[in-house]
Amino acid sequence: MTIDRKQAPEFRAIDNINLLRPAHQALDNGCNVFCFNSGDQELVRIEWVFGNQRFNPEKPLLNVAVNTMLTEGTNSLTASQIADKVDFYGAFLQVDYGYDNSVVTLYSLNKHLKHTLPVLKDILTDSIFPEKELATYIRNQQQKLQVSLQKNDVVARRTFNKALFGDTLYGLGADMDTYKTLHREDMLVHFKQMYQPSNCTILIAGKIEPEILKLITDTFDKDWTNGEIKADTSQPEANPAPEHFYFTEKPDALQSAIRMGLSVINRNHPDFPYLQVLNTVLGGYFGSRLMANIREDKGYTYGIGSGISSLKHAGAMFIATEVGADVCKSAVAEIEKEVNLLKTDLIPEEELSLVRNYMLGSLLGSLENVFSHADKFKNLYFAGLDYDYYDRYVDAIKTVDATHLKDLANKYLDFDKFYKVIVGKC
Amino acid sequence: MVKFNRFTLDNGLRVIVHEDHTTPMAVLNILYDVGARDENPEQTGFAHLFEHLMFGGSVNIPSYDEPLQRVGGENNAFTSNDITNYYITLPSSNIETAFWLESDRMLSLAFSEKSLEVQRNVVIEEFKQRYLNQPYGDVWLKLRPMIYKVHPYQWATIGKEIKHIEDAKIEDVKAFFKKHYNPQNAIMVVGGDITLEQVKELSEKWFGTIPAGEKYHRNLPQEPEQHDERRATVTAKVPLNDIYIAFQMGDRLDESYYVAELLSDVLSRGHSSRLYRGLVQEKQIFSEVHAYMTGSMDKGIFAFEGKPLENISIEQAEAAIWEELEKIKTIEIPADELTKVQNKTESTMIFSEMSLLDKAMNLAQFELLGDADMLNHETAKYLEVTSGKIKDLANELFRRDNSTTLIYLAEVS
Repeated sequence: MTIDRKQAPEFRAIDNINLLRPAHQALDNGCNVFCFNSGDQELVRIEWVFGNQRFNPEKPLLNVAVNTMLTEGTNSLTASQIADKVDFYGAFLQVDYGYDNSVVTLYSLNKHLKHTLPVLKDILTDSIFPEKELATYIRNQQQKLQVSLQKNDVVARRTFNKALFGDTLYGLGADMDTYKTLHREDMLVHFKQMYQPSNCTILIAGKIEPEILKLITDTFDKDWTNGEIKADTSQPEANPAPEHFYFTEKPDALQSAIRMGLSVINRNHPDFPYLQVLNTVLGGYFGSRLMANIREDKGYTYGIGSGISSLKHAGAMFIATEVGADVCKSAVAEIEKEVNLLKTDLIPEEELSLVRNYMLGSLLGSLENVFSHADKFKNLYFAGLDYDYYDRYVDAIKTVDATHLKDLANKYLDFDKFYKVIVGKC
Repeated sequence: MVKFNRFTLDNGLRVIVHEDHTTPMAVLNILYDVGARDENPEQTGFAHLFEHLMFGGSVNIPSYDEPLQRVGGENNAFTSNDITNYYITLPSSNIETAFWLESDRMLSLAFSEKSLEVQRNVVIEEFKQRYLNQPYGDVWLKLRPMIYKVHPYQWATIGKEIKHIEDAKIEDVKAFFKKHYNPQNAIMVVGGDITLEQVKELSEKWFGTIPAGEKYHRNLPQEPEQHDERRATVTAKVPLNDIYIAFQMGDRLDESYYVAELLSDVLSRGHSSRLYRGLVQEKQIFSEVHAYMTGSMDKGIFAFEGKPLENISIEQAEAAIWEELEKIKTIEIPADELTKVQNKTESTMIFSEMSLLDKAMNLAQFELLGDADMLNHETAKYLEVTSGKIKDLANELFRRDNSTTLIYLAEVS
């Protein structure tokens, strides 16, 4: 059999992407439950998602500290007992603080759920943030912070977020002293107001037999009631800094961390899916222009990329990399060149068609299992969008043309308005 | 249970097929039986540099990434001290593109000078980013040569020093390819929404004509048992002191491997573990402390790492770790504690079946160990471990004269 190895095999474009939609159930206490039932393994992932409380600049760490310390003790269980119970039944309990929401996640085999769920119920309704554990938390966080602040990329990210978002949850970068504002009494008040059914969404993914669902809804409906004061999930407006350039010198640096970008629209804006295509071309995949030029052609860096963060109250587009200190200036010049090219030159059809296929394949590939279907839903639901978002997203990828993308670049990407942060030597 | 079929082509390429029709995707994973341990001591970091060069175009296909992205695929690779592993995920309808790309670079690379020059720079930047320009980033560059006196595990996959990467020549690249990158030294796993028949046909078509090449016979100096306490102290611009204590342990196929994993879990897995509870929560010695093991094909490392709190001396901190070790050496762990780590392992195995790529990589690695089906018998092996075996192993490993201690001190400014 002779084959022509120079000739690429035939391929098919992706036209259908099927997203699994959840079954919805509203509990009497106002908590919404969404179920993604699929998969062969006898297990579930359950997430309890709570909207973050309004940012208080005097007590900026309340949201993150309350979330992180949920596993540190309740009126009936010590931190050790919580850990013991969860671990004994082979479960995984995670707390994840995000910019908009705080999440508690339980991964459990179905057969052990009757033992693990009561622990979750306890920590979500009866956490007490003991003084001793709080002191340990603060001390350990302060130690970790000292190490993080030695990392140029971390410093660059903090500086960038602070410049873009100012005094908000998005702009917060704690220093050693910030931890002095944390007090147990405030955490208890915060916990009570935020962690209540009307501010909670439960997402279940996995093999959800009827008795499993009943176990979960029974546990989190009947005697879980709302307090008198509703959670306040409004947030202050971002107040971007007037200064656009930040340089932190590290005389011994071998590499400099570069982070630059600006505020843009978020997922709710009709331009958003198109901007994602533009971002992919610029720095959103391995073959992107930034990678092709700055890594694969010049060898200035191990990696460079761009991204868009879509938050509830804001959006940002950014470019991030760590480059050899000796080539820092050249790298910045190349980044500027690549951004400006998007505004002056049409993206060639060959490149655009590659990006289209890559993005569709990547969307398909991101639906690895039932958990990923639930993750896709979260993107929509917490942005107040419906599944037609993904129809529009797929349509935007398939139909966007080079002129449209050039217009978008001119609309959103003004390099002179970029916030530019460099940590290292330049 | 991960079901699979396997066959071997005439040129020696081993192929494993795992059908999973719950996904519209497919994965093609190729493991090459070569890692940093196979490097010349004067040319370290080469296996990893070579991994980068595998993306620099092959004999008939000038660009590897571009055609793959065009069909909606993604890929990556990693190098360890033992193996080099490449993987592609893509929509299953385009699986043939993966065969085309992977077979051409197994056939021959383009060996472009430009690609070598650029990837040398990229890897040097990776060296800086991950090992030199990070607080504590160079710890393992210092520890490995203390633990291994003769075995090539004495260097990390990134290499001993930047100069070895700077010096890499195109002739070396060609020789390395010839020696290691042929069908006999590879294991391919194809998984996802594909069929056995389809994989057989595509494997024959694209890989069947690649010459078998020469079989590489590994003959590495094995590390002798350690019988001397080793210790070093370094000072660097880091904010906190850090302690590392490492012990030599058995290899991956040693029957004590499963015992060691559970021993490490008892000590350090999660917030119910002994080190966290005893030394972070109760005695308040460390802000963080961990145990982990390398799980390598030859003699491995069982390591402890901890950052003491600022009011704690290095001596106190070190003594506190040893106190925990003495405890586990003298008192058998209670049945509940053993059940806990066994349950955790069992559920980890079940959760890992949720990921197609994880399944494919695991099949390849177990096939390299001798039999892909071992993957399906792992849980049973963990369940056979007893408290007595854990105590015995703790006594065997945690000896002063089997220890290597690195004290990493924060420079006082």
